[in-house]
Amino acid sequence: MELEIKNGVVFDPLNKVDGEKKDILIRDGRIVEKLKGKHDVIDASGKLVMPGGVEIHSHFAGGKETAGRMLRPEDGARTVYPKRNGLRSGSGYSMPSSFTAGYLYAQMGYTMCNTPAMPPLFARHTHEELGDVPIVDKSAYPTFDGNWFVMRYLKEGDPDKLAACVAWFLRATKGLVIKIVNPGGTENWGWGKNAVGIDDPVIGFDVTPAQIVKGLAEVNERLKLPHSIHLHPNNLGKPGNIETTVETLELCREVKSANARQTVYLTHAQFHSFGGDSWKNFESKADELAKYINRCDHVVCDTGNVTLDETTTMTSDGPMEYFLHNLTHLKWVNKDVELETAPGITPFIYSRKNPVHSVQWAIGLELALLIDDPFKVLLATDHPNGGPFTRYPRIIAWLMSEPYRRYYMEERVHKGAQKGSSLATLDREYTFSDIAVVTRAGQAKALGLSELKGHLGVGAHGDVAIYDIDPAQVDPSKDFKAVEKGFAKTAYTIKDGEIIVKDGLIRATPQGRTYWANPVVDHELDREMLKDVEQYFKKYYSVNLANYPVQKEYLKRGREIQIDARDVK
Amino acid sequence: MKEIILKVISQPTVGLEAENIAPKVFACKSSMEIAGLPIYEGNRERRLGDFFDVSGEAGEAEAETRIVIEGDVRLTKRIGQGMRAGEIHIKGSAGMHLGSKMRGGKVTVEGDCEAFCFQEMRGGVVHIKGNAGNYLGSATRGNWRGMRGGTITVDGNAGSEIATFMKGGKIHVKGDCASFAGVHMNKGFIVIDGRAERRIGAEMIGGTIVANEVEAMLAGFKPVETVKAPEIESEKFTGNYKKYSGDHADSRAKGTVWVKIQ
Ligand SMILES: [Zn+2]
Repeated sequence: MELEIKNGVVFDPLNKVDGEKKDILIRDGRIVEKLKGKHDVIDASGKLVMPGGVEIHSHFAGGKETAGRMLRPEDGARTVYPKRNGLRSGSGYSMPSSFTAGYLYAQMGYTMCNTPAMPPLFARHTHEELGDVPIVDKSAYPTFDGNWFVMRYLKEGDPDKLAACVAWFLRATKGLVIKIVNPGGTENWGWGKNAVGIDDPVIGFDVTPAQIVKGLAEVNERLKLPHSIHLHPNNLGKPGNIETTVETLELCREVKSANARQTVYLTHAQFHSFGGDSWKNFESKADELAKYINRCDHVVCDTGNVTLDETTTMTSDGPMEYFLHNLTHLKWVNKDVELETAPGITPFIYSRKNPVHSVQWAIGLELALLIDDPFKVLLATDHPNGGPFTRYPRIIAWLMSEPYRRYYMEERVHKGAQKGSSLATLDREYTFSDIAVVTRAGQAKALGLSELKGHLGVGAHGDVAIYDIDPAQVDPSKDFKAVEKGFAKTAYTIKDGEIIVKDGLIRATPQGRTYWANPVVDHELDREMLKDVEQYFKKYYSVNLANYPVQKEYLKRGREIQIDARDVK
Repeated sequence: MKEIILKVISQPTVGLEAENIAPKVFACKSSMEIAGLPIYEGNRERRLGDFFDVSGEAGEAEAETRIVIEGDVRLTKRIGQGMRAGEIHIKGSAGMHLGSKMRGGKVTVEGDCEAFCFQEMRGGVVHIKGNAGNYLGSATRGNWRGMRGGTITVDGNAGSEIATFMKGGKIHVKGDCASFAGVHMNKGFIVIDGRAERRIGAEMIGGTIVANEVEAMLAGFKPVETVKAPEIESEKFTGNYKKYSGDHADSRAKGTVWVKIQ
């Protein structure tokens, strides 16, 4: 199967292509230099051509995502997608159902989505659900923040077994990335407590959040994983948390990167850039975080934009969700996961009339505008926590247009945003190339998948998004509405060389790949570590060890990334 | 105001989804066009004319249109959903979800109405001459934002969990009420002329309930005082009433329940 995309205006930052008229050729699902024979042609003249979008952090599928849908039938009733054109029906405004999530992402030009907080015990569920998310390639990040094995090896000072154990969990859960959520805090939550500083002790384990973060960051590099640790630090959403955030990032500064990339990925940075010491004197500290990230090379973050919608918050951070529930008195679910973590869920209404929410809205944009290198600050809403992913086109338009932001600042949001943030003083406007970085190229690079994803060079997957925006005609600063509309639905989404979306309508729903990492450590070490695992399972888990690992065959289209880490012994 | 008459000519085998029976949809349409409107029998699309004989004339606007239904429409759901003006007069008993999310206009039912009617209502005037089912004027499943305005009067009895998460408006039940009337209520006014079963006002944090008789009060209610011939929400009541505050199961409790002393 061959395809030629002719005359499009191409933005491909990883190959330094910045708005050139260029033809893209795809054969057998990959970008190639030449086509061999008869092929289909798409005329993309006057259209924007980018690599397929890559979502690095979105809770679109998994255990608590499903619990969130069950908690909120009223969210399901708000937006209903009838069964039509051979597509499945679905529902959900802030939490679209599994099939619908795949369709909606593809319609926006995304071809890869990663679900960023999979409690290892929910791995089987997560992969079942990922099998029901069509079109996009995907992966899941298992959580290690309150993992009893991890904390035990940290306490015993056994970094080798710790590495072997993390490798085993990745293999057992078919996960790609080490995810850490409120390190230590989720275990303490089992005792009704939390961890609010990086040196707070974890009850019963005699380790600290700092040890968990640093220990796992080192393991991550010893195992040579494609991505760095993916971190949600302590104190999410608390006034004055900027201090904890910077302290936590500082822990990873000296860690040596195995793959020439960041050693820590700070997710939903907006929620971690708060100043003040109460909601009364709450203010943005985006400038402080931006200054820090501009100065160093070991951090990449995503924005975690607030989009001012009624949404559902869901994190593996149970104590934080309880804190939110106490603020709003809305319904709340706690989902303790034995020996591993403690997610929580509660609805949340971000209101334009609320000064705190308006400052949060500003912080997400400030971060994107104050951090100089777009490869260091990627676009995400922590779907659905800051807002649903379907709002990305509007965020893109905000980033590209100072007048659009000013209109929101002056007419739409609470005046508190002007006082509590520096957004009104920022006149930077993103270029199309910057947008291509923060929605695909940067994600692929940070994930360590930039050989295959996020670019249009020879050998890359034939994933292309073509938007009905003519950069020669549209001035994004003035025509922000056209930008917002243009990025909402593609003219074409192409996945592995196949036309998936045409004129915003889904035409095919192939099964995407599921990537997972398999770092292979020294065989002897692996055997020794497994003895501990067996013992622990007998003693503490309510499931049998034999039933725990997700088999390779369980993944509908699994792609193993095998890594030789036999030097870990 | 002009009038369209729907006469029941055939009963469906399963429930009809009939949100198309509404003044706004009928306005400016001929009786022929109205008979041709789609209506779902389970998951099969049918025509309104398959079940109703349509006569009369619709008004130029929603507010100018009155719909009269002759016959039993107990299996016809969602009549008048989301209506903002106009009138519906049902000369028999009505099915589920009647007038759900209604914002204005008038609905009269000569017979009974089934469960889930007038959920999340925001305005308008409703008169049920028979009995009302469960969840009358309640919030839809999962929602914490229930009825916000309008008035509902029931001449007969009402079922369980009426007015859940109520935030405004008034419900007057002239007969008895099953359990959990006004659960999670926040604002608004409920008057029960008969007897209320258990758990009246459970977890209410605001609003007012008056009952002639209650089976039992929940432990979260504290007696405040006894008042003779009280005036409640600018309405006069005769006899002696005991006033309770609650439900103190919630720390924000600011609700009031008045119970007549027999
Ligand atoms: Zn997240």
